[in-house]
Amino acid sequence: MDLFLQLTFAGLAIGSIYSCVALAVVMIYQATDHFNFAQGEMAMFSTFIAWTMLGLGLPIWVAFFLAVAISFVAGVLIERIVVRPVENAPVLNQIIVFIGLLVIFNSVAGWIWEYTIKPFPSLFPKSFGFETTLISAHNIGVIGLTLIVLAMVFAFFRFTRVGLAMRAAAANPDSARLVGISVGWMLALGWGLAAAIGAVGGVLVAPIVYLEPNMMSGVLLYGFAGALLGGVSSPGGAVLGGLVVGVLENWVGQYVPGGAELKLTFALVLIVGVLMFKPAGLFGRIVVKRV
Amino acid sequence: MALLEVKGLKAYYRQTEALHGIDFSLDEGSITTILGANGAGKTTTLRAICRMIRTEGEIRFDGQDITGLSTERVVSRGIAHVPEGRGTFVRQSVIENLQLGAYTRRNKAEIAADIERVYGYFPRLRERHAQQAGTLSGGEQQMLAIGRALMLRPKLMLLDEPSFGLAPLIVQEIYGIMARIRDAEGTSMLLVEQNANIALNLADHAYLLETGAVVMSGESAIIRDDENVRRSYLGY
Repeated sequence: MDLFLQLTFAGLAIGSIYSCVALAVVMIYQATDHFNFAQGEMAMFSTFIAWTMLGLGLPIWVAFFLAVAISFVAGVLIERIVVRPVENAPVLNQIIVFIGLLVIFNSVAGWIWEYTIKPFPSLFPKSFGFETTLISAHNIGVIGLTLIVLAMVFAFFRFTRVGLAMRAAAANPDSARLVGISVGWMLALGWGLAAAIGAVGGVLVAPIVYLEPNMMSGVLLYGFAGALLGGVSSPGGAVLGGLVVGVLENWVGQYVPGGAELKLTFALVLIVGVLMFKPAGLFGRIVVKRV
Repeated sequence: MALLEVKGLKAYYRQTEALHGIDFSLDEGSITTILGANGAGKTTTLRAICRMIRTEGEIRFDGQDITGLSTERVVSRGIAHVPEGRGTFVRQSVIENLQLGAYTRRNKAEIAADIERVYGYFPRLRERHAQQAGTLSGGEQQMLAIGRALMLRPKLMLLDEPSFGLAPLIVQEIYGIMARIRDAEGTSMLLVEQNANIALNLADHAYLLETGAVVMSGESAIIRDDENVRRSYLGY
């Protein structure tokens, strides 16, 4: 029973990181109808930035907040400079741009910081003042911090003027322009937010998977699986999907024979299964468009 | 002085010229209607004013040329466009739609007061304020679209076929409210319609558009009595 609970809690922790990635992916998907394949590599790059600042002697929380802020700005700039020019280009061109970004971030990170794996410290203390063998202090912190971040993101979209404008711009760009919203800037802001949320996920996952340029490849895949499972048209669903995927991943790894080796395969099976049997995901809606 | 003055306006969809150099103007506080059949260029004219398509020629609003502005800049100058098909934000609630209409404004107290004012014109929107706009009836969506435009406190409203797809009684109700808005707020309106009869009853001036060119213009009363107009557009 202890093992089962340990697996479940660890799954919730890693799952909440998948939720961050899933939410970042869904935010951009809602506004542009495309998956940003580079989301994971952007988060990896953000984590390296935090690591560099740690090396300069900054406290870890300062490094964390600075990395998140820099990622936000970088996300805005990437949208303005790289994504904007292909906004109206055919789908294939846009996908190539996303994959190009992925490769560029990966190689540049390898070039600057090399491919050797590096340990990354946890944001959280060794203990929160009570003893338990069921969940590590880092994992408690991960779950707590992602819950706070996700709550802030939802409050922003739900209760602020700019959040409402971003939703409107994503849902109906033409009408958004007609009420005076600058749709282009809302998209850029969305990219900035997605990059910042991804950075949070990167810094939280680095102590678990170790820091290296390829550290996000698995995480991104699970994040995609979570987004699809919850429904790419539902941000809340994507968050829940990330958590479910995290827990399932751990259960499969322990209880399914050969599961430990097949963890990533499980993510792919889940993606294909959802697309085949419930393409809108658990909480998504099938968009019906009048033609 | 003319609030809106259009000279030699040409508009293009890709390479195709949809407006062949039209001239018209609209006086402050007045309602002007643009009539014409399907494909005459009515919607195109409104889209041109809001900078949603490529154009040549001059569009002066409030004495200033607006052809170099983006759509959102034109809107913040005080032009509210109620587009073809209403363009409501279907997944947002009624009240969120109204808040979006006031996006260019900052004063929260004034915005709240204006939402009440819109509910005054359209009591049914108050009843449905928490409902997703997509669940409203066609008539209610049209009311919401007009209400959202009012939230800008516009100097000029562009209305694209507010009667489209609605039952005659609802159309009458909406046109009645538009008249009340004109009287109470002094808002100028540029109204595009296929339903010539009801538009001519509301408007002061009318322009008749045929395949991208103005073929007739004048006071509504005179246009209405014109033999050819009656036969072609009013059907009696």
